[in-house]
Amino acid sequence: MILGLDPLLAGEVDLAVVLIVLLKVVVTFALLLVAVMLMIWFERKLHADMSNRIGPNRAGPFGILQTLADGIKFFFKEDLIPDRADRKIFILAPFLSMVPAFLTFAVIPIGGVFTDQKQGAVELFGHQTFLQLADPPIGVLLILAASSIAVYGVMLAGWSSGSKYPLLGSVRASAQMVSYEAALGLSVVTVVLLAGSLSTHDIVMSQAGAGFGGIIPRWNLVVTGLVPFVIFVIAATAELNRPPFDLVEAEQELVGGFHTEYSSIRFALFFLAEFMNTVTMSAIIVTLFLGGPAGPTFFGPDWMWGPLWFLAKLGLFLFMFVWFRATLPRFRYDQLMDLGWKVMIPLALGWLLLLATINIARDEDWSLPLVVGPGFVVLVGAYALLTSAIRTAQRRRDELAKAGG
Amino acid sequence: MGYLDGFRVTFGKLFKSTHSGAVVTVPYVKDTGPKREKPARLHGRHVLNRYEDGMEKCIGCELCAGVCPARCIYVRGADNLPDDPVSPGERYGFVYEINYLRCIHCDLCVEACPTEAITESKLFEFSFTNRRDAIYTKAELLVDDDGLPRILPWEDWSDLEKVAGDTSAWVRATAPSGSAAYEGVVAWSGELGFGVKAPELGQTAPVPEPAAQAADATTGPDDPDQHDHGGHH
Repeated sequence: MILGLDPLLAGEVDLAVVLIVLLKVVVTFALLLVAVMLMIWFERKLHADMSNRIGPNRAGPFGILQTLADGIKFFFKEDLIPDRADRKIFILAPFLSMVPAFLTFAVIPIGGVFTDQKQGAVELFGHQTFLQLADPPIGVLLILAASSIAVYGVMLAGWSSGSKYPLLGSVRASAQMVSYEAALGLSVVTVVLLAGSLSTHDIVMSQAGAGFGGIIPRWNLVVTGLVPFVIFVIAATAELNRPPFDLVEAEQELVGGFHTEYSSIRFALFFLAEFMNTVTMSAIIVTLFLGGPAGPTFFGPDWMWGPLWFLAKLGLFLFMFVWFRATLPRFRYDQLMDLGWKVMIPLALGWLLLLATINIARDEDWSLPLVVGPGFVVLVGAYALLTSAIRTAQRRRDELAKAGG
Repeated sequence: MGYLDGFRVTFGKLFKSTHSGAVVTVPYVKDTGPKREKPARLHGRHVLNRYEDGMEKCIGCELCAGVCPARCIYVRGADNLPDDPVSPGERYGFVYEINYLRCIHCDLCVEACPTEAITESKLFEFSFTNRRDAIYTKAELLVDDDGLPRILPWEDWSDLEKVAGDTSAWVRATAPSGSAAYEGVVAWSGELGFGVKAPELGQTAPVPEPAAQAADATTGPDDPDQHDHGGHH
């Protein structure tokens, strides 16, 4: 049971099954690496386009092999470990941020047939299986856990470098992660609440099928009322340390942030992990809010449409992350904290409570307007109280500052 | 839309045919065609010029070395032998070295030179691979018998014919006030292989009448060359 709900593992586990799992591991690994390579190229090219530049254009057609060239170059660079660094942790840190990036992708469904009562399974060498490496019953928790472990990579890298800029970067990283992990988690809970399961496959299944009025899909994006989605996207950007939340490596103030002291292939690992996390996080957004690989099929074999829909939705979010980077200036540290603690967390919490109330009202057959109305009033009241508390605190601080200065 | 306006701006950049999306980067065309026009004020590697009769212009005064902010020029002068002079004067540049690991191509040496001996060519594509090559000696800097710069193995002079005549000596042609507009009369000496060069930057001098030219030459301060360099002589 702990292995998951995959029909592949439901029956007898023989050599063929093991081989299929191994094949899935290899394919997932290769797919992710290629995706990251393309993502780095895509980001550089698109960001260049958005700032009237050309971008990489020397290696391969349209510079598509630039990442490969950079990777090879990194291998031949001098591997430097500062004298004052804590050697063991310094060496461990890049792997700590690399491995979770791979781990998370294991639970992402990247394909499947959602018509004809197939429940998202496809036939692979005579066996029914899901197109995801693993489908543990706690898939979403695994995602949250892995993304939290990734913080250790950044934090320990800065701490073990024995240098002040990396340390500042890693202190920022941990504060930022703590602030936004809460909002991220709360918006995921709304999804889990409505899907009734922590398994990524079940979450996708709950969003598959005919939509409202046949046009609007049953995506959690719609069902949860957009707000958790917006919160998740913003919090995810912060979790990824991507602009406008890239205070962790703010070049202008911290040289390179947590990876200042890293060079050669160790730096490449951080770099790779960063972009891999972007791909993975986009995949998580697609899975949680946009129905993953589920979508209508038109012509040809049904199994072809799952990966197609998945890639299309994934590309949309990769584009979005690059667009963010090309557009938004970096947040100041206090703005970051204000947004995290005073806006995102209260909003996510309030919305979760509202959705939970509605869910219970539906189950108990209570009158919806009677529940939602007062619920909404309570939330607005709470928001007013919070705002006035923040204002009062601000006024006191200002008075103190005036008296002191 | 307030906060979200920026997204519209960056998205608009994706449409290359619009004014907002036009690419401003100019690609390096080395492999695909002839080299691009060099900017008139481009500062490249130096050349040591010679007079039309083949004499060297450098007099070994070391003003270039003195003014150099990067301290990359090393000059030693020596007395001319009366029966075999190198330059038309008492002294000549015996040793002349420029270290291109230090040179910042500010052109101050060109401005300081009283005899227009040192100017900068338009060559920027020279990538030496060791420190010894980085130090250009007098034999490498001095123009050859045709007045053309000597071509070193690591230099890309493929557009030599086009740029050989262009030097940073245009600074001599600016107005006494320092404005870029050329005023006055041609008052610089000829160069081996090129003769007396016209004012650069496409500036045209009002054709001076012979009498006026003579008057200028005698009054001195009105003459840009005299004004700029007279004090150093």
